[in-house]
Amino acid sequence: MRDAFMAALTEQAQQDSRVNLIIADIGFKVVDDFVAKMPDQFLNVGIAEQAMIGVAAGMASLGKRPIAYSLGNFPTIRCLEQIRNDLCYHDLNVTVVSVGAGLAYGTLGYTHHAVEDIALMRALPNMKVYSPADALECRAVVELLPTTPGPKYIRLGKNREPRIHEVQPDLSAGAPVLVREGSDVTLMVVGPIVTQAIEAAQELAKQGISVRLLTCPVIKPLNITAIRDAATGTAGIVTLEEHTLMGGFGSAVLEALAVHGWRIPVLPLALDDAAASTVGSQEYLREQNGLATHSVISRIADFTASV
Amino acid sequence: MVSSAGASHIGSALSVIDIASVLYGRVANVAPDRVNDPDRDIILISKGHSASGIYAVLGNAGYFPLEWLDRYCVDGAPLGGHVTAHGIPGVEFSTGALGHALPFGVGIAIASKRDAHPRRVFVVLSDGECQEGSNWEAAMLASQHVLGNLTAIIDRNRLQILANTEEISSLEPFADKWLAFGWDVVEVDGHDHDALETAIAGAHDRPRVVIANTTKGKGVDFMENSVPWHTNTPNAEQASDAIAQLEALREGGSR
Ligand SMILES: Cc1ncc(C[n+]2csc(CCOP(=O)(O)OP(=O)(O)O)c2C)c(N)n1
Repeated sequence: MRDAFMAALTEQAQQDSRVNLIIADIGFKVVDDFVAKMPDQFLNVGIAEQAMIGVAAGMASLGKRPIAYSLGNFPTIRCLEQIRNDLCYHDLNVTVVSVGAGLAYGTLGYTHHAVEDIALMRALPNMKVYSPADALECRAVVELLPTTPGPKYIRLGKNREPRIHEVQPDLSAGAPVLVREGSDVTLMVVGPIVTQAIEAAQELAKQGISVRLLTCPVIKPLNITAIRDAATGTAGIVTLEEHTLMGGFGSAVLEALAVHGWRIPVLPLALDDAAASTVGSQEYLREQNGLATHSVISRIADFTASV
Repeated sequence: MVSSAGASHIGSALSVIDIASVLYGRVANVAPDRVNDPDRDIILISKGHSASGIYAVLGNAGYFPLEWLDRYCVDGAPLGGHVTAHGIPGVEFSTGALGHALPFGVGIAIASKRDAHPRRVFVVLSDGECQEGSNWEAAMLASQHVLGNLTAIIDRNRLQILANTEEISSLEPFADKWLAFGWDVVEVDGHDHDALETAIAGAHDRPRVVIANTTKGKGVDFMENSVPWHTNTPNAEQASDAIAQLEALREGGSR
């Protein structure tokens, strides 16, 4: 997904000289092609994320379209106030990009787990939040950037995630994207953990539960009407994300349904409210958090039986 | 360890290992059987990504069973890819995001002064890390409070992830910057244990920074001063070559 992002961005930057890629010393080899093609649209500010956002804001104020890229929490939480005041308060056209969403950097430990970013970015005014599930969704998100004003946040996976979609989805309305038809329960997923959702849906089909599976790469602005409509005829919505339950995608869906007074049963599957206390890979840490495929299967089965 | 774990940062680990050996082994008032002793000195590793090197030093010094090293970054094992105080004896502070330990160290130094406690605080930083503003905020405060109990040791290997520090956001004149911030500055060869010991152990009445000139990937010819060895994982062949080179060095007595 990282490579897909960089390839799409490079094409865009070749057509639009306002696009400037700004990094804080992350992107070894990943940025090489961009730098070779457009050295004057590239800037490595050093290991200085707060400056990265401030500099991006300044450039955006003169009409540039900066893309501030780093890893994990470095481009978001490290410089949260710069994002809040310099970007969001001034509604500046800067895209913040983080590679390694969720538990992707599992063994590197809690400092490198990006598991609160959706909540924090979502809470900021003017900010748009995207979490693509595969390379095609990622490209579709990049293609939204030129026509979407103001600050934006893209939460990338790591790399080489399996491709989910046959064709590039149209994300212009922010609607969820159908992955698999089903009639009993609707499963809405953000990010690369969709691969587990697919396995779960296949297994649940064997158990006689028909899962309608969608991805929802546009988290803010949330198209709640499209989400409601997508769940029509099923017993309810299960959300799945690699993010803390508090303030994440599932939480966004619940808030929006409540605001509209739409009474649809929702089961939000997300990470526990705890810093990972054990060392382990992404798969291992998912297991520890009740997000392994077998847990997802049994939790969906229980939910479907109960509603 | 790094190879079988599929991990990175081997260059960063080899760069800092002499500093860590001297600090834990010769200078600081610390010992494996006194990890909770209130009178111990405090060592903070700000470059948390050098975990494999720091853990090798701690394991060999007896802070935890050496077998832990063989399970570095394994699911459910104690040791992960960044230094953590969660369950690892000898580690005082969890790091991984750069630019966090110097402010924490200033806090410890101020609190110790207020308690009239003689403990010393040692903070190990990397050089690229000094591009983070948080370090300079702490540096200013440290001299304001005349923290003679605080020593920063900087692993000055001149490389960060993408290139040389001087090509990205230059640190030089590095010693002058620290001087201007009111610090006592000493420069040494960061692989010379005696020189390191003298520089780190010496008394000072202001905060001291030891700029330790090092070689990233020290001791392994194909890793030395090589940008990719920040990120790359050695394969089995490279790992055994590297181990052979390091063992030859140890036998030669230069380490
Ligand atoms: C706040 C923050 N930003 C970025 C990173 C990613 N990162 C890990 S190591 C490193 C740079 C390493 O260079 P240096 O600080 O000189 O340490 P060395 O490994 O050379 O000793 C970076 C940018 C990080 N860990 N923390």
